[in-house]
Amino acid sequence: MTTMQFGLFTVGDVTPDPVNGTTVSEHERIKNTVAIAKKAEDIGLDVFATGEHHNPPFVPSSPTTTLAYIGAQTEKIILSTSTTLITTNDPVKIAEDYATLQHLVDGRMDLMLGRGNTAPVYPWFGYDGSKAVELTIEHYQLLRRLWDEDVVNWEGQFRTPLQGFTATPRPLDGAAPFVWHGSIRTPEVAELAAYYGDGYFANNIFWPKEHYIRLINFYRQRYAHYGHGTPEQAIVGLGGQFFIRKNSQDAVREFRPYFDNAPVYGHGPSLEDFTAQTPLTVGSPQEFIEKTLTFADYFGDYQRQLFLVDHAGLPTKIVLEQLDLLGEVLPTLRAEFDARRPENVSDAPTHAARVAAATTGRQREERAREGAGEGTGSVDHEAVTR
Amino acid sequence: MRIVAVSAGMSDASSTTLLANRYGEAIRAVRPDATFEVVSLRDLAHDITDATLVGFASPRLQHVIDQVAAADALVVVAPTYKASYPGLFKSFFDALDADLLIGKPVALGATGGTARHSLVVDYALRPLFAYMQAMVVPTDVFASPHDWGTNGTDALGGRVERAVGELLSVAEGGGTGRTFDDSIDLFSETMLSISDPQL
Repeated sequence: MTTMQFGLFTVGDVTPDPVNGTTVSEHERIKNTVAIAKKAEDIGLDVFATGEHHNPPFVPSSPTTTLAYIGAQTEKIILSTSTTLITTNDPVKIAEDYATLQHLVDGRMDLMLGRGNTAPVYPWFGYDGSKAVELTIEHYQLLRRLWDEDVVNWEGQFRTPLQGFTATPRPLDGAAPFVWHGSIRTPEVAELAAYYGDGYFANNIFWPKEHYIRLINFYRQRYAHYGHGTPEQAIVGLGGQFFIRKNSQDAVREFRPYFDNAPVYGHGPSLEDFTAQTPLTVGSPQEFIEKTLTFADYFGDYQRQLFLVDHAGLPTKIVLEQLDLLGEVLPTLRAEFDARRPENVSDAPTHAARVAAATTGRQREERAREGAGEGTGSVDHEAVTR
Repeated sequence: MRIVAVSAGMSDASSTTLLANRYGEAIRAVRPDATFEVVSLRDLAHDITDATLVGFASPRLQHVIDQVAAADALVVVAPTYKASYPGLFKSFFDALDADLLIGKPVALGATGGTARHSLVVDYALRPLFAYMQAMVVPTDVFASPHDWGTNGTDALGGRVERAVGELLSVAEGGGTGRTFDDSIDLFSETMLSISDPQL
């Protein structure tokens, strides 16, 4: 039983280190990503998620390759994405790539779908960027069917039709990977997550909390509207960002040059203004714990907390030091979140829980069909239609 | 009646803010109950630049944006820089939600160092507010240096009064019947296609 999962999410940017002026190679960045993921498991984190981008200065164009490689070198950590591009990837390939990953890592994975693309990216993959929302909806509706139905006949706007198509391999234990939908401004994505009873993730970095509250509340209400549970039971994930040292002043002094030159917010507001106005903490471990706990006050108790640590040109050595410090505060974070957590909040999604739910559902169907109360609850590796 | 004036005057005793205050006097003369507040963009210059870079407003800038959103009508005045409004003026309106000024009654004014800029409101400011679907009144006011001396006639005051008359009439009437609405539309085509893939 996992009440709340903590982890890392990476964008995979190659950014010059503003302090020593060096820039790592793509090779180093990819290898460093693996080292960071392994470290995440070592310090007791539950999740490692990688982004997907197809343009410089980003390296992670092939998330399942990287995640499978990490999966082979780890034991417990859940491998995920932040995000998998539902717009420009063929849903058939997503269904197959992630189902393969699911088998290889014995269910220790899920994925987060997002748009995360700038307009020039779409035509590279044969799509029209002005149709991003429509692509998101149609592609996800197809992906859902490819995982939930053994044989699919399908026709839509954006892809060649499918007749008698079976996506292989079928999901492990008859339970498709859990899906999060990441968005910070598109109500349709929150609606999509709510309709299917999937998770909803707000990146919760770079902007004030007010930007995220509206869509999270909308998602919670619509989750209840579609009959998946109460608004409080909806599955919410959040991002976050920190730089900590034992002494608050040391954290500020060391992080300032990275902050001042960072992509996205560099050369703008002061570090002090930005930390006051957004979820970023630059300070002591205690300040970090206190600020992170406020997320549950603003957004409701939630299931997954991911932190962005490796960015803005921070050397991997510093990133790994940050993870050591995160590992030290992690037990406190878990205890504090658990202490404030009401009974009626859902546990974080895991493969085991989804298999149990799918099995219960299948037993219910079998009982209804046969009019008998049998069913052993054992898991076989056949596909189950939800 | 709550009226907010946005002034892009850059110096401390600016003729642009002086022009904004002329609107305030004209409003008070006919609507003593109306509130009239002048917002100076100069005071927000760093906040506006930060908002351009990071995509969100600081609490101080957000407070002004909320004032603009809540106003029944706006007076917007800018100095003429290089034949147009200053960059800071545009950056402020860039920081607003694209729909925030829909249907908002607006009176436009400008100041300039020479009367040769006298059409600046029509060729520079009006297109911006047309894009934002604001309800701009027909009379705009351009004040060049010689307008500040009256020569026995107060032509500037007369034009301001005419603009204010139009602004109040629009603000107190039905306007365009459209205003900013940021509620989520559950019945858009894309929204409906989620729960019914067959649509």
